Amino acid sequence: MTVKRTTRAAPRRRSVILIAGCVPAGLIVALALVSFFWLPYPLDDTSGGRLSPPGASHLLGTDKLGRDLLSQVMIGARIALESGAGAVAIGGVLGVATGLAAGFANRWVDDTFSALLDVLIAFPTLLLAMLVVAAQSASLGSAIVAIGLAMTAVVARLTRILVKRVLAQDYITAARTSGTSWPRVITGHVLPNIWPTLVVNLALQFGLAVLAEASLSFLGLGAPPPNASWGRMLQEAQATVSTAPYGAVAPGVLLVALVVGVNLIADGLRDTLDPTRRRSS
Amino acid sequence: MTVYILRRLAFLAASLLLASVVLFLLLRLLPGDPANALASVGASPEQLAAARQEIGSDRPLPEQFVTWLHSLATFDLGNSFVSTLPVGPEIATRIEVTGPLTLLAFALALLIALPVGFLAAHRANTWYGLILNGVSQLGIAVPVFWVGMILVTVFALHLGVLPAGGFPQDGWADPVEALRSLALPVVTVAVVMSASLIRYVRSASLDVLGSDYLRTARALGSSFGEAVRRHGLRNGAVPVVAVLGIELASTLLGAVVVETVFALPGLGSMLSQAVAQHDYPTIQGVLFVTTLAVLVIGFLADLAQRLIDPRLRSTLSGGKP
Repeated sequence: MTVKRTTRAAPRRRSVILIAGCVPAGLIVALALVSFFWLPYPLDDTSGGRLSPPGASHLLGTDKLGRDLLSQVMIGARIALESGAGAVAIGGVLGVATGLAAGFANRWVDDTFSALLDVLIAFPTLLLAMLVVAAQSASLGSAIVAIGLAMTAVVARLTRILVKRVLAQDYITAARTSGTSWPRVITGHVLPNIWPTLVVNLALQFGLAVLAEASLSFLGLGAPPPNASWGRMLQEAQATVSTAPYGAVAPGVLLVALVVGVNLIADGLRDTLDPTRRRSS
Repeated sequence: MTVYILRRLAFLAASLLLASVVLFLLLRLLPGDPANALASVGASPEQLAAARQEIGSDRPLPEQFVTWLHSLATFDLGNSFVSTLPVGPEIATRIEVTGPLTLLAFALALLIALPVGFLAAHRANTWYGLILNGVSQLGIAVPVFWVGMILVTVFALHLGVLPAGGFPQDGWADPVEALRSLALPVVTVAVVMSASLIRYVRSASLDVLGSDYLRTARALGSSFGEAVRRHGLRNGAVPVVAVLGIELASTLLGAVVVETVFALPGLGSMLSQAVAQHDYPTIQGVLFVTTLAVLVIGFLADLAQRLIDPRLRSTLSGGKP
C-alpha cells in the first residue's frame, strides 16, 4: 500500500503489523479453547438474576434471562472462529479448484465461466446466505455453508486471474517445452506462485465470514439458542440497551478485535510472503 | 463506444437471465418443500397436495421455470404465502425507504471518504495520516448493526435529538419527519461504508502523488493544487470509480441489515421476515429486485469508468482481464 517506505524501517514495520494482529486474534483463540474445558457458568444457568451489572460473581454481568455473559462470550468466540474457518475451508477448496479449472480451460468455457462468476459476485454474500438459510432452516451449519458458497465465487475469480497471469509467463512455456507434465507444472510452478496472494485474500475472507455470520445471527438467521453467537448476543442486547448497555459491549468489541486482528495478519502476511515486496523494501 | 454499450447491454441481459436461473434453482433444489410453508403445520397429505397444486410445485421444473420467467416479464412477482397480497406493489412501497436510505448513505460516505482518503495519502507519513489510516482499518471491521446500536444509544436514548427507529406511517407525506427517521440509519451506513472507500481513495491518491507526471507538472511550474486538479483528479478517479459500483451494492446490503436495527419498513426487514417465514414468493421477488439493482449499478459504473478513461474506451471487448 505505502509507496514511500524507508529501507531500514520496513522489516520492523512488517513484524509489528503481524504481531499487532496476532495479539487480539490469539486472545480470542485462547478464549475459544478454554471454553471447551471450562466455563464460568453453564449456558442454561439462570441463577445470576436478570440483567445484573458486571461484578465479582459475573465478570461481564448477565443477560435478560440471568445467564452469565462471560460464558456466552466464550462460546461466541468458538462460534465466530468456527464460522470463519469453516467458510474459508469451503470457499477456499471450491474456489481454488474451480478457479484453476477455469484458468486452464479453453476460451469458450472460460468466457462462460467468468460471466457466471460475475453474476454470482453481483449477488451479495449476505443475500446468498439468506437464500440458503431460507431453503434450509436457521442453523450454524447452514450459515457456514451459505457463507462458504458465497465466498467461492470471489476466490474462484481471483484464482482464475492469478493462474492466467502465471500461465502467460515464459517459464511455463520453458517448462512445457522441456517436457514437464501439466500436473507437475501446477504443483511446481502455478501453485507456488499464486499461493501468497491467495493466503492473504483468504485471511481477509475469514474476517468477512465472521462478520457475515454475526450479521446473519443478528437477523435471527444464524445458530439458534442456546448457542451464543456474538451477533445474536448483540440482537438480544438491543432490546435492553437503554437499561443495561453493557450487554452490547463485549460481543461488539470482541467482534471488532477479531476482524481487525485477522486483517492485520493479512496485511503482515502480504508484506512477508510477497518476494517482490521483500526485495523492494 | 456504441459497440461497447451494446455488448455490455447484452452481458447485462445475459446476467439477469442467469441470475433468475440461479434464484429459481436455489430455492427449488435445496431441501425443503415450499408447500410446507404455505400449508399450516400438521396439514394432511391431501392439504399438502392441494398446496403444491396451488403454487405449482408439483409441475416439472422446466415448466415451473417458464411460468416464472413469464410472470417476471409481466412484472408479476406472485403473491406472498403469508399475507396473500401481491409482492410487487409491496416491494415498490418498501423501495421508498430503502432507496433513499441507500443513496443518501452512499452520498454521505463519498463526502467523507474523498477528502479524508486524499488527506491520509497526502499526509501519509505524519501522525494524523497514520491515525486516519488506523481509523479506516477499524471501520472496515465494525459490524454495521453495532454502529447503529451505538448511535441509537447516544443520539436517541441519551441526547434524545433523533428518533430511535421507525418510519412515519404516511411515508414521505411529511418529508422533514421522514428525513429525521432516516438520519441515524444513513449516518450508520455511511460511517461503515466510508471506511472501505477511504482505503481505495487513499491508495489511488498515493499512486497519483508518487507519479512521474505529477512531478513533471510541478517541475514545469504548476502549483501543487493545480497539478493535482489538472492531472491527478482524472487519473486518480479511474480506480475509485471502478469500485464505486461494488461499494454502492454493499451500501444497499448495509441498508438491508441496518433496517432491522432501526425498525424501518424497507426491503431488508421485508426480506429477513420472509426468510424466517419461508415466504418463497417474497424472498424471490426481493432478491430479484436487489440483484437487478446491483447488475444495473455495475453496468452504469462500467460506462462511467469508460467516460473518464479514454484508454479503456478504445478497447471494444468487455475489458475483462
